[in-house]
Amino acid sequence: MPDALAPDPIARQQRRLQALYGWMLLSPALILLTVFAFLPAFATVWGSLYSRGTARRPAVFNGLENYADLAADPTFWTVLGNNFVYAAVTIPVSIALALAMALWADSRIPLRGFVRSAYFTPTVLPMVAAANLWLFFYTPGLGVIDSFTSLFGLPAVNWLGQPQTALGAVMVVTVWKEAGFFMIFYLAALQTIPPDLKEAALVEGASRLTYLRRVLLPLLMPTTAFIFINALINSVKLIDHLFILTKGGPNNATKLVLYWIWEMAFSYFDRPHAAAMTVLVLLVLGAVAVFQFAVLDKRIHYR
Amino acid sequence: MMPSSPARPIRWSAALEAIGAWLLALVWIAPLLFALWASLRAPGQALDFSLAAPFTFENYRAAWAAAPWPVYALNTLALVSFTLVGQLVLCTLAGYAFARFRFPGREALFVLVLLQLFVLPEVLIVENYAMISRLALLDTIAGMGLPYVASAFGIFLLRQAFKSVPVELEEAARVEGCSWLGVLWRVYVPAARPVYLAYALVSVATHWNNFLWPLIVTNTPGRRPLTVGLSLFGAPESGVDISVISAATIMVVAPLLIAFLIFQRQFIQAFLRAGIR
Repeated sequence: MPDALAPDPIARQQRRLQALYGWMLLSPALILLTVFAFLPAFATVWGSLYSRGTARRPAVFNGLENYADLAADPTFWTVLGNNFVYAAVTIPVSIALALAMALWADSRIPLRGFVRSAYFTPTVLPMVAAANLWLFFYTPGLGVIDSFTSLFGLPAVNWLGQPQTALGAVMVVTVWKEAGFFMIFYLAALQTIPPDLKEAALVEGASRLTYLRRVLLPLLMPTTAFIFINALINSVKLIDHLFILTKGGPNNATKLVLYWIWEMAFSYFDRPHAAAMTVLVLLVLGAVAVFQFAVLDKRIHYR
Repeated sequence: MMPSSPARPIRWSAALEAIGAWLLALVWIAPLLFALWASLRAPGQALDFSLAAPFTFENYRAAWAAAPWPVYALNTLALVSFTLVGQLVLCTLAGYAFARFRFPGREALFVLVLLQLFVLPEVLIVENYAMISRLALLDTIAGMGLPYVASAFGIFLLRQAFKSVPVELEEAARVEGCSWLGVLWRVYVPAARPVYLAYALVSVATHWNNFLWPLIVTNTPGRRPLTVGLSLFGAPESGVDISVISAATIMVVAPLLIAFLIFQRQFIQAFLRAGIR
């Protein structure tokens, strides 16, 4: 209890000044965070409890009815399922690819600079531009994929136009876009690992695979955790390419949660239901935050 | 121990790995290369790989004429600079407060700030739109940038960087008569230079490429950034030829792509030294 030990008025004034300066330095950031994060978050919760008002009938409080509507809507379950598949596939695939890329970009192979740049390139492209590039691959009949498969006499496939393949085609673009970005984190982490460790392991007769499994992967654990959290957030937020590739179609096969929120709010002007869906997303993200702070940070130490 | 016996299998596996690495690299830039190729061919010949067919800049001319690209580019530039300057100022001040000032409620506030890493502006589009329209900032650069200015990631990074600066440096500066802000400017900011560089690169790339929020906030062509302009241009219902879309896409991505390829080493270095792991 420093307060009890320091009755000295100069020290007390110092402390007051410290507090004053601290709050002053923080206030611009706090004001913006309040206006664009905390207030909107509360407003979303609040708005999700009201009915959709019209010019004639003002919005009225209707409790959890919006949530009940969502649960009764088959689209809700489709969208949720899509996003679940989207996350379950893109997260592990991008992480595995990012690790492979980092190991290769860090190893002594010829043309290493080219390889590194190639992996990294999609990172700096806008998602809509990436979608345009891939559109060229997927276009039925004329696209790169169909031109290639037609050489073998295979029929044209409308990759983005049929429910069985559309989500997969969209996920390929996501993985392509984010793997190179995650590679950077692995690359940075790999360079902090002393090279003697590898030599020691190889001298001990460990195979490269054993070294990877027993030495490298455990050392890279904090990085993997960090990337995992980022990939998880991306699986909610990376939806820009849907606007170009599928618009959530065909038949909702590629509709993801955030896209659906956007559609409800800005195409159908149904803000209460969009708000209810947003609250559910916030709950999931909140759970991720708690998981990160409570479980992962214990091991990663932010000091 | 037999020092030289495993030499041959390692060689083989190394060769295989190199081939794997190159193949993946080729696959990874293939979309860009195909688009570049298509953008230089006459419409309808996008996938003609014979070198005999003529190359043309016609697609670029058509794409350039079809949309106000310079306006889009200026808007993107304004958006990126507005956001970055705002972020640097606010995050520096807040990071400094969290790193070096003691005051009641500091830890709780820090957790609150970190929460924003998860309460993404992207997810709050519905209410942020209402907020921006209340502030009469619809269809403005500020409206597109403001929700991102108080960046929790930036505050967190700079707090970490400032914390690793030895307190003795600050005390020395203080003895020489530096004020609080003077210390920040002369001691902390220079010490955190690699962190600033890494953060700035990430921020520029993020906001140059941001799409959803600018799409929602803007409603006149004169205010749209490149990403929004490109999405409208390439929409399938616009009926534009794939070669022209490719040309437009290449035009939009070229500046940032070239910049990043040049600064790639610094980018990775900056990440490294910033201790982002």
